[in-house]
Amino acid sequence: MMEPRAIDGWSSPAAVAAIAGAVAGIRIDRPVTLMHVCGTHEHAIARAGIRALLPAGVRLIAGPGCPVCVCPARDIDLAIEASEREGTILATFGDMMRVPATAGSLERARAGGADVRVVYSPSDAIDLAREDPGRTVIFMAVGFETTAAPIAAAIAADPPENFFVIASLRLIPPALRFLLDRGTGTIDGFVLPGHASVVIGRSGYRFLETEYRVPSVIAGFEPVDILQGLHALLTRIAAGERGAVMNEYRRVVHENGNPKAREAIDRCFAPGESAWRGIGVIPDSGLSLRGPYVRLDAVRTLGLESRREAVDVQPGCQCHRVMLGEVEPEECALFGGVCTPRTPFGPCMVSSEGTCRARFAYRRIEG
Amino acid sequence: MCLGIPMRIVVRDGNDAVAESSSVRKRIRLDLLEDAAVGDYVLIHAGYAIERIDEREALETLDLIRRVYEAGRRDDPT
Ligand code: SF4
Repeated sequence: MMEPRAIDGWSSPAAVAAIAGAVAGIRIDRPVTLMHVCGTHEHAIARAGIRALLPAGVRLIAGPGCPVCVCPARDIDLAIEASEREGTILATFGDMMRVPATAGSLERARAGGADVRVVYSPSDAIDLAREDPGRTVIFMAVGFETTAAPIAAAIAADPPENFFVIASLRLIPPALRFLLDRGTGTIDGFVLPGHASVVIGRSGYRFLETEYRVPSVIAGFEPVDILQGLHALLTRIAAGERGAVMNEYRRVVHENGNPKAREAIDRCFAPGESAWRGIGVIPDSGLSLRGPYVRLDAVRTLGLESRREAVDVQPGCQCHRVMLGEVEPEECALFGGVCTPRTPFGPCMVSSEGTCRARFAYRRIEG
Repeated sequence: MCLGIPMRIVVRDGNDAVAESSSVRKRIRLDLLEDAAVGDYVLIHAGYAIERIDEREALETLDLIRRVYEAGRRDDPT
């Protein structure tokens, strides 16, 4: 029996205060920009007001870490069109429902009579197909490595003939490479996403060490986890050392990740170039169905076609620049006025993990 | 989106299992963590256990934080 402290010992205010004090006490004599690439991190950072605890001169910006926000409008357009077909059920995660596509959203499609269902797990979508063999069930699969693994496991477990997938899955390491190769703005260090790292392991980021020599740290999601990660990263940067990928989330992240999860992904999917909403095409950053699983590809097998030219960036929305860390949400003229969680204009305001949404939700604490 | 919830496995039947945390019970799958056993704490994402939570590592981290805390208090004259 595990000591309960190992699970619930993370919220002690004393521990947070201790680590926060240690972080604030790090002396750095130049401006430093750190980037995290995880919506769950943004949520936790905004909620705990962690930016206010950083030493002077240290900025912590949010990168393209929200899978819902980087899902291109075209993929959602296809899902909407699929949902309007006779005899079709479109299933997806709850976060996708309100994301604006080129015109409308899945939520609007449902209001208009389409059969759109929210599922918690890919196996729930497969259950829908089993229960209703006379209808076509299309699961819109959105996520990073963390989510690709369960989806692969579900797909490999012999789904029924009427089950199909729109694969809109993306990989984190190629996005990091893209951010570094762009060469605009310096990133002095990365806070790496804890749960994508559960799947790919510390070794999934080896190139950061060997090719780019950017200090980075895998961190968990409790305030103490994030602060501890920042402490390790800033200590290293302050000492002028470069190039290590540190793991401060060892209770679940191992050197080579979860081999079963990696195998499941490799069995079902092949990497290839992929579009990130408003950001562009990133080589090797997407997953498409491979081998015997190609049959499940809704776009190919069912001939899904988008009727309209996809529009990723609605005029005025700065989401894509927010996701590249070029502007802060507050710098968008629409933030908090035209665009709020009740009336989201861009994808970053929709998902609970979108950067604009997290900043809006916790704006008083941050202030 | 990549949220992972720590839960304890209470029932296992092949790769189907039930896990609980405080008062919530959920059906989960163990396809990605086949050697998980009843009593293990695991991280759940999208209905699948994606990793076991390592007790020793968790306690070491907490102890490290406590040491920092105690060092901080000693330095603090108030
Ligand atoms: S505040 Fe709204 S419109 Fe502005 S960048 Fe964020 S999501 Fe886009």
